[in-house]
Amino acid sequence: MAFDQGLSHRFEIKGGDFAKAGRVSLEVKEILHDLGIDPVIARRVAIVSYEAEMNVVMYATRGEMVLQLDPEAIRIVLEDEGPGIRDTEMAMREGYSTATEQMREMGFGAGMGLPNIKKNADRFELTSEVGKGTCCRIVIHLSPGGRA
Amino acid sequence: MTLKEIVEGLGLRALTTHECEDRQVTGGYTSDLLSDVMANARPGNLWITLQIHQNIVAVARLKDLAGIVVVNGRRPDDETLRRADAERVAVLGTEDSAFRVSGRLHRLLGDS
Repeated sequence: MAFDQGLSHRFEIKGGDFAKAGRVSLEVKEILHDLGIDPVIARRVAIVSYEAEMNVVMYATRGEMVLQLDPEAIRIVLEDEGPGIRDTEMAMREGYSTATEQMREMGFGAGMGLPNIKKNADRFELTSEVGKGTCCRIVIHLSPGGRA
Repeated sequence: MTLKEIVEGLGLRALTTHECEDRQVTGGYTSDLLSDVMANARPGNLWITLQIHQNIVAVARLKDLAGIVVVNGRRPDDETLRRADAERVAVLGTEDSAFRVSGRLHRLLGDS
């Protein structure tokens, strides 16, 4: 495959910029499409990257997403600067959300974002420091041993 | 069934201009929650919603949806429609409620 040696892409995400929200995930989707990644895997990546991106748009000041590909896996690391998450265990619960009324009216804040990431990732690690920011590490396997 | 046949069958109004009428529609998904659509809609589904802000375009593209049906006579702003055209996402309008258009689509497509 074209990424035998591994590939890495870096994207900047601006907090609060709803007009551009989803752009990074669309770019990720294009990259995976161009590399001929299995559409079933690409769809799982689209879900996790979108949810992770939206979390930055909704809650953080800024964030950076790094997409790494090697023959075994797709890895996404998203680090943001923002308020952080006080209770990551609670944040992972289906239905739990701290979204504002305005975000809810737009159809966000259903408390499904992080659970969606967990369901679609082979590995998902969430760490956060209150007042500093949050880090998401996501792995989706490409190999037959993965969940594809 | 193609998008064109559904547009005609349900009397939907095209709000975007690009040609994607040959697109096969695999079913429908009705929801106003974007994460729900991300999690549960399937490729080729027609998404029925009252949401009209720009983010619906990215969701439809990311999920490879056949198009978006905006209900209750609502209309996305011009910027959203421009973006939908640029991303080749069909946006259709109806005066029907989400319940009614979902029922009519279900009747057309069967239990998909």
